[in-house]
Amino acid sequence: MTLSTSILLTIALAPLVGCLLAGFLGKQIGRVGAHSVTILGLLVSCGLSFYVLYQITAGGAPAYNHNLYTWFEIGRFSASVGFLVDRLTAMMMVVVTFVSLLVHVYTIGYMADDDGYQRFFSYISLFTFSMLMLVMSNNFMQLFFGWEAVGLVSYLLIGFWYKRPTAIFANLKAFLVNRVGDFGFLLGIAAVLYFLGSLDYQTVFAAAPGLVGKTLQITQNHAWDAATVIGVLLFIGAMGKSAQVPLHVWLPDSMEGPTPISALIHAATMVTAGIFMVARMSPIYELSQGALSFVMVIGATGALFTGLIGIVQNDIKRVVAYSTLSQLGYMTVALGVSAYSGAVFHLMTHAFFKALLFLGAGSVIIAMHHEQDMRYMGGLRKYMPITWITMWIGSLALVAIPFTSGFYSKDAIIEAVGASHRWGSGYAYFCVLAGAFVTALYTFRQMYLTFHGKERFTVVEHHGHGHHDHDDHGHHKPGELAHAPHESPWVVTLPLILLAIPSLLVGFFTIGPMLFGGWFGQAIHVEEANNVLGELAGEFHGAAAMALHGFWSWPFGLVALAFVITTYIYLFNPAMAGKIKTAFKPLWTVLDRKYWVDDVYFAVFARGGVKLGRLFWKAGDAAVIDGALVNGSAGVVQRIAAGMRKLQSGYLYHYAFAMILGLILLLGGFWLVGQ
Amino acid sequence: MITLSHFIVLGAVLFCIAVAGLFINRKNVIVLLMAIELMLLAVNMNFVAFSRFLGDVSGQVFVFFILTVAAAESAIGLAILVLLFRNRSTINIAEIDSMKG
Repeated sequence: MTLSTSILLTIALAPLVGCLLAGFLGKQIGRVGAHSVTILGLLVSCGLSFYVLYQITAGGAPAYNHNLYTWFEIGRFSASVGFLVDRLTAMMMVVVTFVSLLVHVYTIGYMADDDGYQRFFSYISLFTFSMLMLVMSNNFMQLFFGWEAVGLVSYLLIGFWYKRPTAIFANLKAFLVNRVGDFGFLLGIAAVLYFLGSLDYQTVFAAAPGLVGKTLQITQNHAWDAATVIGVLLFIGAMGKSAQVPLHVWLPDSMEGPTPISALIHAATMVTAGIFMVARMSPIYELSQGALSFVMVIGATGALFTGLIGIVQNDIKRVVAYSTLSQLGYMTVALGVSAYSGAVFHLMTHAFFKALLFLGAGSVIIAMHHEQDMRYMGGLRKYMPITWITMWIGSLALVAIPFTSGFYSKDAIIEAVGASHRWGSGYAYFCVLAGAFVTALYTFRQMYLTFHGKERFTVVEHHGHGHHDHDDHGHHKPGELAHAPHESPWVVTLPLILLAIPSLLVGFFTIGPMLFGGWFGQAIHVEEANNVLGELAGEFHGAAAMALHGFWSWPFGLVALAFVITTYIYLFNPAMAGKIKTAFKPLWTVLDRKYWVDDVYFAVFARGGVKLGRLFWKAGDAAVIDGALVNGSAGVVQRIAAGMRKLQSGYLYHYAFAMILGLILLLGGFWLVGQ
Repeated sequence: MITLSHFIVLGAVLFCIAVAGLFINRKNVIVLLMAIELMLLAVNMNFVAFSRFLGDVSGQVFVFFILTVAAAESAIGLAILVLLFRNRSTINIAEIDSMKG
């Protein structure tokens, strides 16, 4: 059984067709038409992705790697559009299309009253197409195309409500920060082409061992190892796209976009593109301990310190956003210790439970009439039981309670970091352990503030009960609702339920083959000396045994501690939170200001950029180019001419005199020379 | 005895009178034309003197040419003068300064 080209093409192009129909014919086909056509496209794509996964896993189909179309040729270099579908790709395709499909369904409920309904469906279908092009690519050029295309859609969707200044600010910020990363990424691709002479994955990976010993003279006295340079540059691209410290600042702000895309793009799929890319490039990364250490330290820093910020956030979506940053840090750490399959495994489980948490948060936001501040929530569990239960499932997976899928992936990462001997792994181990505690703190805090405790909102009955518009922006004071919150419609709760199932179960069934069974096969390459997961495989005796053992491990102890603390504070002694905040005021300020990273960027890059621009404008353009060169040369000519015109008296005898004088001087000159 | 230098000095004097006529005269274009004629005559004087002194007749032939050309030039100059007067109603040099910068 081999994979067929037409099926793969259909998977990639079905969302694009949906996008074009909904985008260009949105008015003609209407709202129902727009969501029907895009969801149909996604259904086809998702169903076929599952089929491809089945073919590869059960049917034993070999990896598919063919060029389908020549994009362009420059000299001897030719860029193709082609697909490489192996187990890694197939898994990504299923995750992307499955979450995307559920988000499409969810959007019907969430965007029901929005004017940009068709536009929204068009965008998210375009996103799915771009993401599929990214993961299915068989060369760097197409990867870069997908990479930029998902960035574009992310930009469009963060600024979806383009009349809000904050949304415009956020999408510009996301775009600019991603430019920094993409610049590194492009340099990395250029370095690959420079050293290996090709951009085709197969050729590059086959030639990658030849990188050993090659160096690049960047600075004066030090020759840089080629593999390290390539690895670090490509990872800088991943830092932008996957929001790693210090390029993480755009992700929390991206929450300005509608919640479905926060779930799809800024939690489940697009931000994991960097993780996927590094896992795909494992044959290159395996050649450089330096690059992997770099990856690990960056990831570990993000895993702990962005999680800490989540503790002080009050916006329900921002808590989940910082949680995403922290979990992306976990994946990156796993990459850094060569546990690529662990990172991709966490990517998959995270996609399910984080999409679930975001969509759940969206469901809460619908019920609260677009109020996102958790200080005005509380006690929602009796109004919206389905959202409550599914979000608890997502939260349990996030904090890694044994038997949930989050447990398997996160615990595997922590164990892998512990087993690693790479430079910096001690720091990374501390970060991921402490991160487990922090994760539990903010997650339980969020759940208690939202669903438990006293209701901190009041229902104010407005005049006229006629309008059942649940997107009512009529309330002016925070914490006042026009009518009581209620459970969301089935299009919203169905995706929650469908995501809750894999959040609970997928880890249990897949950890064995994916992490320790060599399921990924040739797709991920790990050197024998770096193979921490191989070391751990000896201790792995099935998913159930691992979960039971998990109850007596450090991470679970920390989670239990966090559970006790948050339960006491938020359920039994709510005044305590305020007291702690006052007691640790400096620490709280540091977290509330997000370590001043944003402020530094504003002061240095934004304001510095403006100042530099002003300098070039005033000194460079206005003074030198306009003043000295353009107006200056004209002025010189004018001044000379002004002097010259005084000589032109217009009187004939003056001219005659000048002629005679000239003659005398000329003759005098000849005479003098003759002497 | 009248020597070559007497003639040359005469020519120089005539030339200087002509130059002075050009510069000092601020009134009349006709005087300008006359001064130019005088300048040519000064040159002719030199030609004839040297021709006689060197025993070469071609200098005197040149004088005839120059006189002819000078006559033609005067005719053209006077014609221009008439046109000038028609257009500007004056031949006062001080008023003819439309080329002033």
